[in-house]
Amino acid sequence: MKTTLLAAAFMLLLIVPASTLHANAQTSGQSYSITGAGSTFIFPLMDTWRVQYNNLHSNIKLNYQSIGSGAGINLLEKKTVDFAASDAPLQPDEEAKAPGVLTIPDSLGGITISYNIPGVAKGLKLTGPVIAKIFMGTITTWNDPAITQLNPGINLPNQKILIAHRADGSGTTYAFTDYLSKVSTDWKNQVGQGKVVPWPVGTGAQGNAGVADIVKTTPYACGYVELAYAYQNNFTYAYVQNADGNAYVEPTIASVAADAAQAGSNLPPADGDWSKVSIVNQPGANSYPISTLTYIMVYKDMGQISGETPGRAAQVVDFLNWIIGDGQQYATSLLYVPLPDSIKKIDQQGLAEIQFNGSAVSAVPEFGPVAALVLAVAVGSIILVSSRTGLKLAPKL
Amino acid sequence: MESVKLKGGSASLDKVFKIGVTIAAMYVLVVVVLIAVQLGSGSYQIWAKEGISFLTGSDWNAVHGRESFGAAPYIAGTFVTAGLAMLIGLPVSIGIAMFLSELAPKFLRTALSFVVELLAAVPSVIYGLWGLFILRDYLRNWIEAPISSTLGNNVWFLSGTPFGLDVFTASIVLAIMIIPTIASISREIMIAVPNSQREAAYMLGATKWEVFKMAVIPYSKSGLVGASILGLGRAVGETMAVTMLIGNATGPSAFPSSLFSPGQTMSSIIANEFAEASQGTLHMAALIGIGLILFVIALSINVVAQLLVSKVVKAHEGAIIA
Repeated sequence: MKTTLLAAAFMLLLIVPASTLHANAQTSGQSYSITGAGSTFIFPLMDTWRVQYNNLHSNIKLNYQSIGSGAGINLLEKKTVDFAASDAPLQPDEEAKAPGVLTIPDSLGGITISYNIPGVAKGLKLTGPVIAKIFMGTITTWNDPAITQLNPGINLPNQKILIAHRADGSGTTYAFTDYLSKVSTDWKNQVGQGKVVPWPVGTGAQGNAGVADIVKTTPYACGYVELAYAYQNNFTYAYVQNADGNAYVEPTIASVAADAAQAGSNLPPADGDWSKVSIVNQPGANSYPISTLTYIMVYKDMGQISGETPGRAAQVVDFLNWIIGDGQQYATSLLYVPLPDSIKKIDQQGLAEIQFNGSAVSAVPEFGPVAALVLAVAVGSIILVSSRTGLKLAPKL
Repeated sequence: MESVKLKGGSASLDKVFKIGVTIAAMYVLVVVVLIAVQLGSGSYQIWAKEGISFLTGSDWNAVHGRESFGAAPYIAGTFVTAGLAMLIGLPVSIGIAMFLSELAPKFLRTALSFVVELLAAVPSVIYGLWGLFILRDYLRNWIEAPISSTLGNNVWFLSGTPFGLDVFTASIVLAIMIIPTIASISREIMIAVPNSQREAAYMLGATKWEVFKMAVIPYSKSGLVGASILGLGRAVGETMAVTMLIGNATGPSAFPSSLFSPGQTMSSIIANEFAEASQGTLHMAALIGIGLILFVIALSINVVAQLLVSKVVKAHEGAIIA
């Protein structure tokens, strides 16, 4: 009886390390699964990155969940994902909950003022203050003098403007209201900037696709939608007056990139305070003013992520370096705007700072064979011990 | 009588069985309490800041530094849409049930009952998408636009610019959604009325309508109340379809003042804003607070339904004895 108990205890002693080593052998071998969560806006591009990166590195699997920017940041605060993707920078209260987060811009977006006025083509000219008045409900009809004055020669109907806006919390709303707050003090004081704002007028729809659907199906509707959605739906959209006030700029990939390139020199370093960052309304004749950055957020010290290994952290850094470098070539075909060089440089400097428990992330040590050897020894000794003691596994009834 | 010998039965086993089923039953209670506690603690912040004005206020501002929240428009929106849906849906449902249980020829009865059951099982997102892409245009062009251009300026509840995404469309689709639920349960209840009741009425020379009035309705009253409450419950809690169709206004403009203006319900504002609200903010607390109000309302509806049903049953029993 005594020997049986002793042998059982001994077996337990061996099984425990053997099984943990076995688990280690699986995670720190050749294959890695990187996890990310957040922005729905970036998802189509992120999914292309996932596929293309997997073609280059078949051992790396990305699991990206497009659950919304805010939800992604919540997961980052809980330290359960390798990185979060967000359309808005971390706000001060979020920074306080997740200290030591690097902000890495990974793509750009432009926001169009799309409209559906039968008989009117794209290129209605609008200024920032007029757009603010339309979305505040102070300009209510399409033939309001404020609009016709900017568009001589275009026959605008005496019809009510039907406003469509986002109902869900959204980075697109954050950037659009950022622009309106910059160009209109009335907007800034009465409505303000945020992912969800108190819209004075209009109908709310879910997602860019929802707003796009309203604009598409409702004559005399007007809404703000991402460039990609406006292009895909063949929308008519407004040309918006630039910050210099000397031209009306069409929203295109080039004009959004021109705006961002202007902003690049004023951005903080990746570990700086991004909460006030805005790239709307930059100078330059060809800068489309309603532009926005979208970000990846990752801990400077990745050791604090639960279940993180130095090997996986190194792979995350490699992947992020790839998306801001070679990965940018896939942006244009999906109607995203590639990063200008000035922003890429900030990203690269930021990613170089990433550490794992205080030491730089570097090449992956090969634990696999060692773990397998230890496992073999452990299993062998278990067999040996049980044969010596004659321990029977089934308990007597 | 020959005594039956039970195999393996014992007092201790019986005790285990009793404890087992008690735990199983406790599960329900524990879940309800946990939900209440979680909603209470999650929304504590908003009650501390807004107090009772969270129930009566109509501000909804999540902009950093200007936070102010009131749930009144969404409570009103929920009641108005659910109420309108019941107003439209209940008579139709009872009509369907009457036809299927009393009047329909046998071959139609089976086929139609099957179809009604089938409709009750269609997921709400399907109704929502159908409403958004198909029904909305018809409602806007054929009903809302003509009514609004003729009466809109004079009748307050028909004012507004017809958009197709408003309280009216949401209520219509909600009615369509709850009809199969109420109809299929009501049909079962009416079928369960003993034939002796009907025969007695017919024997007295009653017409078909009088048979309904004298025999079927009194006998199935409590069941019909229960069926309606189930329908009401679905209408109050419905999220996806309503979110797609109601227009999702916020703040004072979300008050369902007109059929043709966008509104918002409690479940739709949670669905809209929860994903992007940051943990620990007042905005999040306000959304959880709305969840708590919805929870309390759902509980009260069920309690009231129980009371109503038991009252009807009692009156009914009394009638039989007398």
